[in-house]
Amino acid sequence: MTRLYRRQSGMSGRRRPGPAMMGFRRRAEERFFKALMIVSTGIVMGSLLLIVGTIIVKGLPALNLDMITKTPQGGFYLGKEGGILNAILGSLYLAGGATLLALVLSLPLALFLDLEARTRTGAAARLRFALDVLWGIPSIVYGAFGFVLMALVGLRTSLLAGIIVVALLELPIMTRAMDEVLRLVPDSLKDASASLGATRLETSLRVVLRQCLPGLLTAVLIAFGRGVGDAASVLFTAGFTDNLPTSLFQPAATLPLAIFFQLGTPFPEVRARAYASAAVLTLVILIVSLAARWLSRKLGKHTLS
Amino acid sequence: MAKEAARLGRDRRARRSMRILSFLPGLLVVLVLLGLFLKARGLLAVKPLASLLFGSEWKPLKGSFGFYPFILGTFWVTLAAMILAVPVALMTSIYLSEYAPRGIRSAAKSFVDLLSGIPSVVFGVWGVLMVVPLVAKLAGLFGTYSSGYSVLSGAIVLAIMVFPTIILVCLEVFASISRDLRDASLALGATKWETVKHVILRKGAPGVFAAVVLGFSRAFGETMAVLMVVGNVAQVPKSLFDSAYPLPALIANNYGEMMSVPLYDSALMLAALVLLVLVLVFNLAARLILVRIERRVE
Repeated sequence: MTRLYRRQSGMSGRRRPGPAMMGFRRRAEERFFKALMIVSTGIVMGSLLLIVGTIIVKGLPALNLDMITKTPQGGFYLGKEGGILNAILGSLYLAGGATLLALVLSLPLALFLDLEARTRTGAAARLRFALDVLWGIPSIVYGAFGFVLMALVGLRTSLLAGIIVVALLELPIMTRAMDEVLRLVPDSLKDASASLGATRLETSLRVVLRQCLPGLLTAVLIAFGRGVGDAASVLFTAGFTDNLPTSLFQPAATLPLAIFFQLGTPFPEVRARAYASAAVLTLVILIVSLAARWLSRKLGKHTLS
Repeated sequence: MAKEAARLGRDRRARRSMRILSFLPGLLVVLVLLGLFLKARGLLAVKPLASLLFGSEWKPLKGSFGFYPFILGTFWVTLAAMILAVPVALMTSIYLSEYAPRGIRSAAKSFVDLLSGIPSVVFGVWGVLMVVPLVAKLAGLFGTYSSGYSVLSGAIVLAIMVFPTIILVCLEVFASISRDLRDASLALGATKWETVKHVILRKGAPGVFAAVVLGFSRAFGETMAVLMVVGNVAQVPKSLFDSAYPLPALIANNYGEMMSVPLYDSALMLAALVLLVLVLVFNLAARLILVRIERRVE
């Protein structure tokens, strides 16, 4: 506090300009930086609009019913008939399975964080730290790790391998998002439950979980969105195929890779389909994100606090 | 009585299994490191690490794997992206945390959340559609030729991708600075910007640093979007308009043929390991700073 004061007085004492002139300079500086900030915020917001706008405008004209209801036919990647149903379904199966698997691990972890937070051991802090570090691992590294795992157990590129790796990728995202939600539950509610004779487990399962249900669903949807959109981790593990996924042990196509492969061809028709596929992926992600936001707003309405 | 004992027993069992499960994330980090190392060992056994990291020749068929151009490619693309992203993201975070009215702040936060959810392939497609032609034109203005698939294109796309990381962490850091400090500064007659400059940025400096490091490590490992716009030529880039070949792109591009060339898979796993170790170091440093800030708040 004293340092702050000295700093301020030192500033005005340096050159001793007249009060009116100093006021002008300081006001000009204030205005200049405020304008700079507004421009910066505009750039950030504008880039989202620009990206989504470009993809939709470029993609929608190439989008038709065949694209989303048919699998690739012969010569699809040369510009012939077909669609990307294989990739759409593959992505949904893959992200769905991965999200379920991640949920099975995330929910107990998040509850553990919630329980331990009150007992002041370092366990919760350690787990949060590990999750944050895990979150920082790039998805291509998960993919490479998946490849090593597959070689170890003798699994080939398959839906199952993809599900496992994407579940690992989603785990920290989902757990941390759930953790944030569980933190909002007031302690008084847990105390009330405990005073009625409930054990900690019963309080967690019947009071805390029920209170947080919409928020937890939001966490699940956020993780699902990440799973659908990730490409680098499934490159090694899920493979790619033109067929619809029929078994966990078959390779499965995914939407991001379908976009990537179509964009890699030199044919304008196929590239146009890549834009259309990107529009489909963007719409799926936007719908999932908006649903997540809508649910978390609903959560706000019912939270006791 | 028996019923009570059963309930307490269930509680104890649940706690014990949760505790065991809580070691999983930490264990997973170690497992990933270990798994990649096991595969990379094959190459490390025949070549010293230094010659791999600083060698420039990449000829898998002849058994020479020099990562130097790829490591430098990653480094330059990421650095350029951070130079573009940090000022904009920092100014945006200051605006949202100190100036913006509540309505704009929450709307902007939704935007940033949405931006962080956009898949990297979509960023890549957008980069190919807009950024690459733009950069090619820009190179023309500077009197050089560029296909547009260049360090600069990768940097622009990456910069937008790391906005959310930097902004969200900065917002949390600024929110952790107490209201009283701001009020004291304002009461002494400082303008709002002077308060930001002398109080917020000074007090928040470690946190902002952590945010930048997290952004850097996010950009460092980003694969698909960069891969699609950066050109993928194995060379040390000499200008912003040159193509580069970052490490993640190398791994992603060659997964198909790595099984048919001896030691190739080992080399790619080593590339992933190098990437992971660098990212882990950045992450650990940033997280340690942020944990200390969080503890101060509590």
